[in-house]
Amino acid sequence: MSKLPLEGIKVLDFTWVIAGPLITKCLADYGASVVRVESMARPCFLRVSGPFKDHAVGPDNTTYFAYFNSNKYSASLNLKKPVGLRTARKLADWADIIVENYVPGKLAKLGLDYESVKKTNPDIIMLSTSGQGQTGPMAAIPMTGMILVALTGFMFYSGWPGEDSTQPFGPVNDFVTPSFALPAILAALRHRKLTGRGQSIDLSQLEAGIQFLAPGILDYTANKRQTGNVGNSSPEAAPHGVYPCAENRWCAIAVFSDDEWKAFCTAMGHPEAANNPMFNTFAYRKRNEDELNEMVGQWTIEFSPEHIMQTLQSAGVQAGVVQNSRDVCQDPQLKERNHFWSMKHPVIGDSVSFGEPAILSETPAQPVRPAPCLGEHTEFVATEFLNMSEQELVELLSDES
Amino acid sequence: MNSLLEDIRVLDLTDEKGSLCGRILAEMGADVIKVEKPGGDASRRIGPFYHDEPDPEKSLTWFAYNLNKRGITLDISSNNGWPIFLKLIKKADIVIESFPVGYMQQIGLDYVVLKAMNPRIIMTSITPFGQTGPYKDFVASDIVVQAMSGYLHLCGDPDLPPMRISIPQAYLHAGGEAATATMVALYHRENSGEGQYVDVSAQQSMVRNTVNAVPLWLTYGEILERSGAFRVGLGKNLRARQTWACKDGFVNFLFVAGILASVAGSSGLADWLQEEGIPTDYENRLKDFDISKFTQEEWEEMEAPVARLFLKHTKQELFDEGNKRRVSICPVHSPQEVVDYPQLDARGFWTEVRHEELDASIKYPGSCIRFTDTPNPGLRRAPLVGEHNLEIYRCELGLSAAEISRLQKLNVI
Repeated sequence: MSKLPLEGIKVLDFTWVIAGPLITKCLADYGASVVRVESMARPCFLRVSGPFKDHAVGPDNTTYFAYFNSNKYSASLNLKKPVGLRTARKLADWADIIVENYVPGKLAKLGLDYESVKKTNPDIIMLSTSGQGQTGPMAAIPMTGMILVALTGFMFYSGWPGEDSTQPFGPVNDFVTPSFALPAILAALRHRKLTGRGQSIDLSQLEAGIQFLAPGILDYTANKRQTGNVGNSSPEAAPHGVYPCAENRWCAIAVFSDDEWKAFCTAMGHPEAANNPMFNTFAYRKRNEDELNEMVGQWTIEFSPEHIMQTLQSAGVQAGVVQNSRDVCQDPQLKERNHFWSMKHPVIGDSVSFGEPAILSETPAQPVRPAPCLGEHTEFVATEFLNMSEQELVELLSDES
Repeated sequence: MNSLLEDIRVLDLTDEKGSLCGRILAEMGADVIKVEKPGGDASRRIGPFYHDEPDPEKSLTWFAYNLNKRGITLDISSNNGWPIFLKLIKKADIVIESFPVGYMQQIGLDYVVLKAMNPRIIMTSITPFGQTGPYKDFVASDIVVQAMSGYLHLCGDPDLPPMRISIPQAYLHAGGEAATATMVALYHRENSGEGQYVDVSAQQSMVRNTVNAVPLWLTYGEILERSGAFRVGLGKNLRARQTWACKDGFVNFLFVAGILASVAGSSGLADWLQEEGIPTDYENRLKDFDISKFTQEEWEEMEAPVARLFLKHTKQELFDEGNKRRVSICPVHSPQEVVDYPQLDARGFWTEVRHEELDASIKYPGSCIRFTDTPNPGLRRAPLVGEHNLEIYRCELGLSAAEISRLQKLNVI
């Protein structure tokens, strides 16, 4: 195995649920020593959420937590007890990077905020990523995933014409936030290497999410227009959307240019359809989009989505199966690229996580260890990373929960 | 040092599949030079357009994801353009590209060539499915990548087709992943002196957005289906409403969270209903609360009083009152409401960016990365087609005016 690029970098992980743990997972996947501080009394939401191995509810049985926390260590500390808090502060002095997503103000109460930590660890890098940032009148409002999705505007862009607003799936901002958090942490780390100086970073998940809707926001600020509820249609392509296939499945198809349209008609077995005056230019395809979609659907419904995808891709037309989770797990492309990592976990057995979506030629991310059991490394962290005395360790372990 | 990456130069050859990567690096101060084909990149034709005038200099999508970059035109595939590009490579740290797999090799500019010219170069490729594997040559726009990642299957109402977020997302996730991986490579270069090749798959960058769908399949053999405005998986076959109609639109509220707060002793929601004269029998129903025992019908009976409360009020009233009572209700914001949201103004998020040639300033979302020590440079509008040709070709590469004009005539720049 090649040397990992972040080997030797020490990360204190004060995060939970998804956005924060995803950030620290990436650092761990590239070789950083990430110590996730957890509470026995209030375990992470993912620790108590299913699915669970053998349907046995328990913090170490959840394959959901395991999926998002590969390569980390777990230390369980009770921050309400002096020894727990003392250990957390020692970890803050040990760390190169702290990542946290508490409600703003919480860490200051514990003496673990940037200003406090900086006194004893002057070149620390600290990323705080809360729902709405560290300042401003709404900063202290606790935020959960879907609430933030509503606030950011993602729901506005999820709707069929004439129907009520609906929801995109999942806490979108949680998946957007690492896109900005990780480059920021890594740029700060490089800067520290060059100058010896650390700093803190304030990343609002609301502000991060808005970056992914910027064209819509600019359409409003420049044109005063708000275009929601367009379903799967696109101003640049027609046909564009998902089309029904055999056995209640779907295939996504996107046809942009007239050349693609001709290729599509030929692939469909009806080259003459390309000249149909209702559809022969993009403007006509948009104008007659309902009829167009119906015609495409009448073709696709006869076949499996895999057949449609292969037929259209062979003709250079953009198409892909609307894959469900089983399809994704069996996807030959993801297999070829080792997307899913399987690691031996003491409770779960074969524990699955995912690799980083980029493959680096010299220093790729590696699966080294599965997600930790709750508090699995408390002793290891205390002795190996913090050189705590036997007496302190006994005190720590007896006050764990 | 003023901004974090001010010593880093990036050559950005991407279209819409990769422009966010360079934008993030430029945001932190890198000198990102967009290299477009003569006449401008095709992604300039993506709408919406400023004042609805389709024009390569008026694409709002282009504006959004090419802020703070410089721009030159160069046909890197031509005999005259190729050596100029290699000269640029000598002084660059990073190249980002999003051409089809094999194209860079075909024009003699693959990583091996670039590395021979500059061993420290980092080359980042962003493609739909990555550089290897059976689908590497598949073409895929946003909706196709979302479909193949497993994400699209989960979006939309159960009785309607899967539906994407209508502003393209897949290549933004890919761009973010590319920025991360490129920064890992850059950090590694500080330690080792060596550059490397970074191969980003857009499909892979979205698989994790399916949250726990993959663990559910692998652990229980269960295929998660889309549930639209409802949250599923909380109780047996239970659909709990999460998007609710109110007087002037929609709000997001997870009733189970409100109810669990009541169980835990917070009476915010129950008191509120009572004060508004909406009777409930929550007290009885919440004795020994166990969500797995509720039938859908019983659950909807529990939800009904809340639905009535919401219909009486506007989004803003529900948000404000909910915050006072610690009941988490959130408006489903329109773009206008996002722009008017006081929290963002208070943090100085919005930035007016001057577009001299439009004789206008446009309000942009500002940077979301706030460093204490090395603030990002302010926002500078995206480059015009070939805007910095003279700066680069004349001042930096020392080409003569006659040579530049010759290259223009040959359609090389």
